[in-house]
Amino acid sequence: MPARPTRARRAARLLDRGRPLTYLLLVILAAYALGPIVVMVFSALKTPAELSTNPMGLPADAAWDNFTTAWQSANMATGLANSAVIVSCTAVGVCLISGAAAYAMVRLDVPAPGAITMYLLVVTSLPIQLFLVPLLSWWTRLGLYDTQFGLILIYWAIYSPFATLLLRSYLIAIPPDYEAAARMDGAGELTVFFRIVLPLIWPGLLTAGLVAGLQAYNEFLLAVTFLQDSEALPVSIALYSFQQGFTVNHALVAAAGLIMLLPMLAVFLVMQRRFVSGYASTGMAN
Amino acid sequence: MSVAVTGTGGAVRPPRPPARRRGPNRRLTGLLFLAPLLIVNVLVIAGPAMMSVAYSFTDWDGINTPDFVGTANYEALVGDPAFHRALGHNLVWTLFFLTVPMGMGLLGAYLLSRVRRGRTLFRIAFFIPYVVATVVSAAVWRQILSPDAGIGPALASFGVPWVGDVNALGDPDLALGAIAMINNWQWWGFLVMLFLTAMQSVNPSLYEAARLDGAGRFREFWHVTLPGIRPTLVFLFLMTIIWSFLVFDFVYILTQGGPAGSTDMLSTLLYRTAFSESRAGVASAVGVVMAVISAVTIAGYLVLRRRLRWEV
Repeated sequence: MPARPTRARRAARLLDRGRPLTYLLLVILAAYALGPIVVMVFSALKTPAELSTNPMGLPADAAWDNFTTAWQSANMATGLANSAVIVSCTAVGVCLISGAAAYAMVRLDVPAPGAITMYLLVVTSLPIQLFLVPLLSWWTRLGLYDTQFGLILIYWAIYSPFATLLLRSYLIAIPPDYEAAARMDGAGELTVFFRIVLPLIWPGLLTAGLVAGLQAYNEFLLAVTFLQDSEALPVSIALYSFQQGFTVNHALVAAAGLIMLLPMLAVFLVMQRRFVSGYASTGMAN
Repeated sequence: MSVAVTGTGGAVRPPRPPARRRGPNRRLTGLLFLAPLLIVNVLVIAGPAMMSVAYSFTDWDGINTPDFVGTANYEALVGDPAFHRALGHNLVWTLFFLTVPMGMGLLGAYLLSRVRRGRTLFRIAFFIPYVVATVVSAAVWRQILSPDAGIGPALASFGVPWVGDVNALGDPDLALGAIAMINNWQWWGFLVMLFLTAMQSVNPSLYEAARLDGAGRFREFWHVTLPGIRPTLVFLFLMTIIWSFLVFDFVYILTQGGPAGSTDMLSTLLYRTAFSESRAGVASAVGVVMAVISAVTIAGYLVLRRRLRWEV
């Protein structure tokens, strides 16, 4: 005997209306999203000869040595090491700069906090192209051009306004009692900041650092403009130069591309939720 | 009654800890904590941005001392066919990104909002291209669109006519569309996620009311879903316009504005003018034009919002 449908079941049934077509369309969209990545995996395992006779299909024999060849000829080891330095310095620096600024804006006495928020919003919406050319000449004069620190400094500047606004919203939600208690015990502001405030906004720091770090890993325009020395290049630019040759070996480029993609993909799949929410709020703030 | 509170309460209750520290000393501390942010921002962004505005009125070459030339750079841009062409490409790009990725993003989010099983997996699948670095996406699509190891010859081997030797990125008629399509691949999944978040916050009782009125699925989408996500939709329209006038990465990596200028954008024009031709004054003027386009778009949005009393 059919029971009276409950509210939840009725909702579920309504949700399932027209299900086969919905799933068909979803599968088509997913194939569009993932197809090129599958092609890249296949190509990375093919010899150049096989790639020209069988460009899109499964590789007949997995040519694993593409990865070792690509690793060496695209300078992936140097590139990944440089990217690791640039990404971690960017993430840590953005967290410290923005954490301190958010703390000052929420808990300390700063002149015109509203004007500072406004300034941050304006600064995040300025196009990089507006300040690129004078910045390059300035960096050359200061000796920061073609140094990793020079690039990291730029990343700090462009990624910290958003992180500040994010951390500010975290800090507002936390009652000031812990800090006040520490101050009563005679702790100075630096101690309060490092021992109390930073641990309290840890989830926000993780999101802000993750977003800034991954943006720095994928960033192209500034990296290609401000770094020349092949020993200092991040992996993105190493891969860019590798695919610029007159005759491109697509199999090796695909292998190198996969090497660059894997660390990113691993981080994304592990921290999917934090990542998506963090990126979503970046999109909204930019 | 209030008199009694001051009597005993004040003595027993410990003084409430101050929420903020105040006074001149405190203000100095606040500024010190704010200083790193303000210093790097002024050094990297605000300072050079203002310099750019100043340089746009000079004949600066990027190295030597510039001379004031009035509005000559802007006048040169007005009469420059390359500038017109780049601006036109940015407009085409804007129209493409206001329609194709928006439509795909809405479709993907709407479909996802209708299913339970597998939703997370599909969501991750749609979002993955956004995580792929631009240089990597460019590399894989360069292969897929290449005439010697791409999808064209693969289809031709199945008997599909015409596509066998098409070089989409090397053909002036096709290159801009090809790059837009590649950028769309990376972009639309991000829109799915933002639209899905918005759709999930639409009041479910509105859908039930629509169903009681016998609305079909399309009318339900048109009259309930779209109005329900209007703030996100409007915001992304605005952002799409702004981003479309700044686009650089895919164009520079794939074609550098070629072949024959057929994919040149304001950003690649600026880059070439500044760094290959050493006409940094003109490049600064292009940068100012780009900033003005962003500013006008934002201003238009704010005016519209006030006129129509949108709550965003």
